[in-house]
Amino acid sequence: MTLRLVLIAAATVLAIFGLAQADAYVIRLATIFGMYATLALSWNIIGGFAGYPSFATAAFFGLGAYITAVGQNAGLPLPVAVALSGAVAALFAGLLGTAILHLRGRYFAIASLVVAEVLRELTNSWTDVTGGGMGINLPLIDGSVIGQAQFYLVAMLSLAAIALAATIWLDRSRLGMALRCIAQNEDAAQIIGVDTRKAKTFGFMLSSLFVGFVGGVYASWVTYIDPTDVYDGALSIKPILMALLGGVGTIFGPLLGAFTYLALEELLWRNLLEFHAGILGLMVVLLVLFLPGGLSEIRGRGLFHLLTRRRQPS
Amino acid sequence: MSGILLDVQGLEVAYGDVQVVWSADLVVRHGTTTALIGSNGAGKSTLLRALSGLLRPLRGSIVIGGRDLAGASPRDFVDNGIAHVPEGRRLFTGLSVHDNLLLGAYRRQDGKAAIRADLERMYDLFPRLAERRRQDATTMSGGEQQMCAIARGLMAAPRLLLIDELSLGLAPAVVDQLVETLHRVRADGASLLVVEQDVGIALELADHVYIMDQGRTVRNGPSDVIAADSSILAAYMGT
Repeated sequence: MTLRLVLIAAATVLAIFGLAQADAYVIRLATIFGMYATLALSWNIIGGFAGYPSFATAAFFGLGAYITAVGQNAGLPLPVAVALSGAVAALFAGLLGTAILHLRGRYFAIASLVVAEVLRELTNSWTDVTGGGMGINLPLIDGSVIGQAQFYLVAMLSLAAIALAATIWLDRSRLGMALRCIAQNEDAAQIIGVDTRKAKTFGFMLSSLFVGFVGGVYASWVTYIDPTDVYDGALSIKPILMALLGGVGTIFGPLLGAFTYLALEELLWRNLLEFHAGILGLMVVLLVLFLPGGLSEIRGRGLFHLLTRRRQPS
Repeated sequence: MSGILLDVQGLEVAYGDVQVVWSADLVVRHGTTTALIGSNGAGKSTLLRALSGLLRPLRGSIVIGGRDLAGASPRDFVDNGIAHVPEGRRLFTGLSVHDNLLLGAYRRQDGKAAIRADLERMYDLFPRLAERRRQDATTMSGGEQQMCAIARGLMAAPRLLLIDELSLGLAPAVVDQLVETLHRVRADGASLLVVEQDVGIALELADHVYIMDQGRTVRNGPSDVIAADSSILAAYMGT
């Protein structure tokens, strides 16, 4: 088991550094993949495992981005600023969770939807610290243009790898089982003695931790952020779509979904600029009609099946 | 008489601003079956939900084994030996009977061997569940689901099992079978508190009966005494 883990970790590191040798376009694409994959995996923790459809991803993303931006401008080194982004996002999720996680289903979804809007308005008006609607610049990191691109590639893909590792751990943990029970039937979960409030709050915090990290790295990567960019509602929707595409509540589904989504974005929408929003809508409809369990429902396809099977609590 | 397991005094329970239970006093003794009867809307299920921590009472005490648990979380109630079989069963969809039963033991600390042994005991108590152990629990008949819910409750190794609406929507033959099984459960040492609409079943099942009316526990007594006094039932149950 340990040997297998070491081998997998080594292969992941090799793959990430191997990708870093590719040309600038591939690097950029792979960096976006890392970002999408982390967001989808994070959403899957609260939306998939626990069955609480959060629309607050953009809120934690923006919060993380601004913490890193403000922190770096105050002289914090990048790793410290990003770590702080994750911590603050998780803490905020803990507080927010106490307030809205007792709402179920669509009520929770609506409550989570407004959080990003509130934070955006706050960021807009707190001009002294955030630069308001003018946005805020971040310091460039040292190194050549390609060196910087490689750095962010490694950073984003590492985050995705950590989020994936956390998902695998969660799937085997007591917390993961508690969350799956809540998703199945929250009343029953309570009755068998699951501390549902604590489990949901931890799940929400774990989910936001990674979103906060990604927001921080993203801010440093693009070196300039403004409220409409990092609190963009699309940031809340995309991870849900990816998870739906790949398979909600599975381990590798969100990863698969992020890859598929990115491929569609690159191949399809680049050629259909006028109609890409329509394609998005069509995709959702087709998905719900024919593959409600996501791509992982296409079973019995060898490795593909192995990657996306869903573990049941037992 | 055996010792007191559950002692409820002056309990008041509300849903938000709507108070449902106005004054409940109730005692359950070790190794007995107690039934709670009363007309629709008398507050029986609400009282039961408070007794497993699903609702926080406004006032009053719920003393279990010497500790007042009023206001504690459902988890604390489970840890103190209370298991709840809710109205409408509330089984986990998409999970097998086997997995539903195992989840009943979620809070148990006494090791896999003890849990395995109890699992076998459940299949012995409810042979139908053994036949269907691999089946999705929510695709079974109502009676089988009720058996599964009761077995799931027993898997927590409770001192007191609360059962809400035991016979609701079940065929008479199934109810007879359940009553018989519950007699065996009590003989094995568990205590039971059962909310039941059907007075006949309640009197057959229980050693002691409480009658609730308009949010209050108005009368109580041994089953045979209550059964013998037709005026009580006529006054509160409309029979």
